[in-house]
Amino acid sequence: MATTNVVQEKRIVQNLFLGIILPLGIIILWQTASDHGIIKLSVFTSPKSIGTEFAHMIEKGTYFKHVIASLERVVYGYIIGSALGLFIGSVAVLFKTFGKMIDPLIGILRPIPAIACIPFFILWLGIGESSKIGVIVIGAFWPVLLSTMQGIRSTDPKLLELARTFGKTRTATLFNIILPSAIPSIFTGLRLGISGAWTCVVAAEMIAASAGVGYLISYGRELAQPGTLFVGIVSIAIIGLLIDILVIKIQKKVLYWVDTENY
Amino acid sequence: MAINIKNVQKLFVIDGKQLEILHDINFSVADGQIVSIVGTSGCGKSTLLKIIAGLENASSGAVELNGKKIERPSEKDIGVIFQEPRLFPWSSVEKNIEFGISQSLSKQERKLLIKEHIELVGLNGFEKALPKHLSGGMQQRVSLARSLINRPKALLLDEPFGALDAFTKINMQKEVLHIWEKEKTTLILVTHDIDEAIFMGDQVVVLSNKPGTVKKIIQVSLPRPRDRTSDDFAHVRKLVFEQFFPKEEIPIEYNI
Repeated sequence: MATTNVVQEKRIVQNLFLGIILPLGIIILWQTASDHGIIKLSVFTSPKSIGTEFAHMIEKGTYFKHVIASLERVVYGYIIGSALGLFIGSVAVLFKTFGKMIDPLIGILRPIPAIACIPFFILWLGIGESSKIGVIVIGAFWPVLLSTMQGIRSTDPKLLELARTFGKTRTATLFNIILPSAIPSIFTGLRLGISGAWTCVVAAEMIAASAGVGYLISYGRELAQPGTLFVGIVSIAIIGLLIDILVIKIQKKVLYWVDTENY
Repeated sequence: MAINIKNVQKLFVIDGKQLEILHDINFSVADGQIVSIVGTSGCGKSTLLKIIAGLENASSGAVELNGKKIERPSEKDIGVIFQEPRLFPWSSVEKNIEFGISQSLSKQERKLLIKEHIELVGLNGFEKALPKHLSGGMQQRVSLARSLINRPKALLLDEPFGALDAFTKINMQKEVLHIWEKEKTTLILVTHDIDEAIFMGDQVVVLSNKPGTVKKIIQVSLPRPRDRTSDDFAHVRKLVFEQFFPKEEIPIEYNI
């Protein structure tokens, strides 16, 4: 065991090193280019000044105010959206009549991008929190809905036949076989849902907000402060990455029976 | 539990055409007997087993359990073992076996029953293991325990050892016989392995192909435990073989 751990650790360090080369190279290239005036500082600025701006914002305490504002919206919207997706998705597959009723509606509404609903939500719910959360709900809802439906439909018919030989009720079959079978697919949906939610919050904040990462970006553009703008963009990337890492960690815990190589 | 298969016929409709899968199947299994059903693949033997299990209905004819017609699965009377273990990958050995319990029991009674059956199939120490950590033979043992936990009066086995290696297969056959001797369960075993059919069965029902129909029923009166290498065993094997490969088809060199 000890030796395999050492080998694994070595591999992790190696992978980390390989993964860091390109981003680091780009940053160095960017910095040199701006130092030598090859790129327009008023648009592209430089990694160094982005860092300075970042430190400045943390010092003033405004940075975390924006991040927390965005995260809070995401959390509310995501919880509502994925809960709705889970519920409606399960019901649509388990109750065939309802499924047939809702299928065409899904077909019509699904192609509408959540972002396209922002103006409507502002008109309907005002420019307060609810309009932004509403958009996030939609962003999280679709992926969770579709993967829940797919997961439930993909239950192994051989296991369902097994349940019949044991004379199990519909409810027992649902909780012992159908739902556990659907969990891997549901998790894929939850993962897509969180990235959908994160995309939506930024878009919504760019259109109408007084705080949040999206607001930071549009504020940076309005005042021609590329530093602020880039702090916003980089934050989106990093927070998105952290959320994904967190979800993968949870996924490994919850999907303990699935071999990790598949993910 | 005696099982009577009476004039069972099964039709499938494929591409609008009616296809007869099983034609006028008749045989009976006495209480506590083991009957092996052999046939080539596609002869409808699994379909027949599904009809006996109540998972499918016969197009005409009937299967009777102690004189009562079977129309749907009756978990208290009949246990089914499939070729694949059909375990829940997300559940431990214990939980998989627990799924088989169909009576309402207290928590402690359940625990005791599960423990007993884990011991019965020799999986002590693997209670908390997940199926992916078990070998194919061990997985099939879990599936056996799960079916036995209801003490079914009849056990239907659909090529249960088909996916196992030769050594595990022989061990599993012995273990099933061992359990059978203890519980005196009626067994119906579907297989394409002639040796297995003779080693296990009191009768070997030979099914012919397209449509599946009973070609011959061979009584196996060898004493148990049976010796696969004995002359008597070889004699019965020859009888069964001849049903599939008539004499004239055997190449000349074989007879010299």
